[in-house]
Amino acid sequence: MINDKKYEKIKPIMSNWFKISLLFTFLLFSIAGMSQKQRFPKPEFGTGYHQPTPITPEPRALSLEYFDVVVLAVVLSLASWIALRRRSRKEMLWLSVFTLLYFGFYRDGCICAIGSVQNVTLTLFDPNYAISISTLLFFLLPLIFTLYFGRTFCAGACPLGAIQDLIIVKPLTMPQWLRKTLGLFPYLYLTLAVLFAATGTDFIICRYDPFVGIFRMDAAFHMVVLGISFLLMGMFIARPYCRFLCPYGVLLNWMSKYSKWHLKISPAACIQCKLCTNSCPFDAIDFPTGEKESKTRIWGVNRFLVYLVLIPVWILIGGFAGSQAHTWISKANSKVYLAELLITRPEVRSDEKNLDVQAFLGSGKSMEMLVNEAKVIRHKFYTGGWIAGGFMGLIIGMTLLNQVVYRRKEDYQPDKGNCYSCARCISYCPVKN
Amino acid sequence: MAEKNPKYSRRDFLRNGTRISLLITLGTVGGISARHLTHEKYVWQIDPFKCTQCGRCATSCVMSPSAVKCLHAYDLCGYCDLCGGYLKSDPNKRSTAAENQLCPTAAIQRKYIEEPYFEYVINEDLCIGCAKCVKGCTSFGNGSLHLQIIQSRCLNCNECSIARLCPSDAISRVKGSKPYMVKGSFTKES
Repeated sequence: MINDKKYEKIKPIMSNWFKISLLFTFLLFSIAGMSQKQRFPKPEFGTGYHQPTPITPEPRALSLEYFDVVVLAVVLSLASWIALRRRSRKEMLWLSVFTLLYFGFYRDGCICAIGSVQNVTLTLFDPNYAISISTLLFFLLPLIFTLYFGRTFCAGACPLGAIQDLIIVKPLTMPQWLRKTLGLFPYLYLTLAVLFAATGTDFIICRYDPFVGIFRMDAAFHMVVLGISFLLMGMFIARPYCRFLCPYGVLLNWMSKYSKWHLKISPAACIQCKLCTNSCPFDAIDFPTGEKESKTRIWGVNRFLVYLVLIPVWILIGGFAGSQAHTWISKANSKVYLAELLITRPEVRSDEKNLDVQAFLGSGKSMEMLVNEAKVIRHKFYTGGWIAGGFMGLIIGMTLLNQVVYRRKEDYQPDKGNCYSCARCISYCPVKN
Repeated sequence: MAEKNPKYSRRDFLRNGTRISLLITLGTVGGISARHLTHEKYVWQIDPFKCTQCGRCATSCVMSPSAVKCLHAYDLCGYCDLCGGYLKSDPNKRSTAAENQLCPTAAIQRKYIEEPYFEYVINEDLCIGCAKCVKGCTSFGNGSLHLQIIQSRCLNCNECSIARLCPSDAISRVKGSKPYMVKGSFTKES
């Protein structure tokens, strides 16, 4: 109907060429409704031509995806059994080699538990997003296992952990202040990942996975550089990604702290021989606290109270900073970015090379619609900025508070939150059953 | 510190309590997510009617060459001699000579059938998904050439890196039971 009207209006001034092109547009429009009518109809062949059909190979079967979940469950059980019962580093090493080969090189590093955080977040925030059973199980299974057996997932079932674990050459001991400071980055990474996933902007954990390019033997140049530099760094700073970036590690850390049965260095009572002190490449062995520290108790109590009062202040500062940064962070969203670009630099409309602008102009969407969409997303970033910033403030406050909390330790024992249950320390212990 | 080895100390109680509350939290997150659970496999696919042939499929895929390939819907093809998808805009001759071909990797094979018709077959191994031919075919021909994600090549990333950059939002997740949107059998929703 619309086409006919146009046709009549223009008729008097139509040239021959114009007629043809209009006819073509008309035909193009009618393709949608009547797929038989085309610009150039399909010929009737007289020579007995046999028409091929386009080849459309099927995707990987769903049953294989479930098989991956089964493999994960088996590997997790094995890792927990090896760490807690077998207490064997050698067996754990072979298990991590299998994980590296299966989840890393065979499954190309996807799907992984680390990335599944984003899928779960998106499911919680976007009612239209459907999560697959395997993704949900990849998220939940390692956490549940960690809650009971410690971070055996990191030792045996995580391909990213496995690749870093295998290349440790000469791990350096890092000072505590540096570890604690760098240890804030996973929280920041997790917060940003959740913020970006919740607003439907991006899956940054997957995009900046440094090792997935190595698993796939194919990646963009900057990702190859990142991956290789992580591996080189990992020769001297053991598991740099796990300790100072892994966002899933934050959740595992929480779970592991309260794990029911965690790996123990000594099978019986610790004899305080100090042989295990240098065995951990991740500085995750807690040393017995001396008597000296307990003498400074009153000073510690005062500091404790100050840090406790400071926590709400940290939360407010963090929240304020997060909400102030929301304009800047929200630019990562393509819609917000496009709307802002079109408003601040209207001349881009004539830029033929700007594909995003041209596609938007060609889509027939009005500027108002885009701006409204962008406003909604930016508001989400504002709210999210407050929450994310507040959370980061809380983490900073709690980290400081933890510095002055005095916990008496009599033995050499793994720091449950940060220990990966890799079982390296066990062979250093002279106590046998 | 008062009792050295109590059977069930205050610390144990707190630890157990925290563990149970963590378990409940996990259960809640799992439970809420389970309400949006799907039993279908989902895969990434391009809607050919939304595609604007910008060329990013060739450069943005995590695979090189891209998992996006040109697919030929033979049902829609006009078998033209002057093919907008095969020949450059001003070809010297309508021949298979390299200088006349639009495809940068010579992935389209032109085969004479009968006067005046030619068959065009895509060599999937050579195709890089640059959409040059798709643009030509869509602008000047029937639009039988179109881009599709070849599912045996696609890694089914958690987030498709092309979808993130696609200016026309043509890439979305589709059900694994119908993993292709081949033109002809798939028509525009309107």
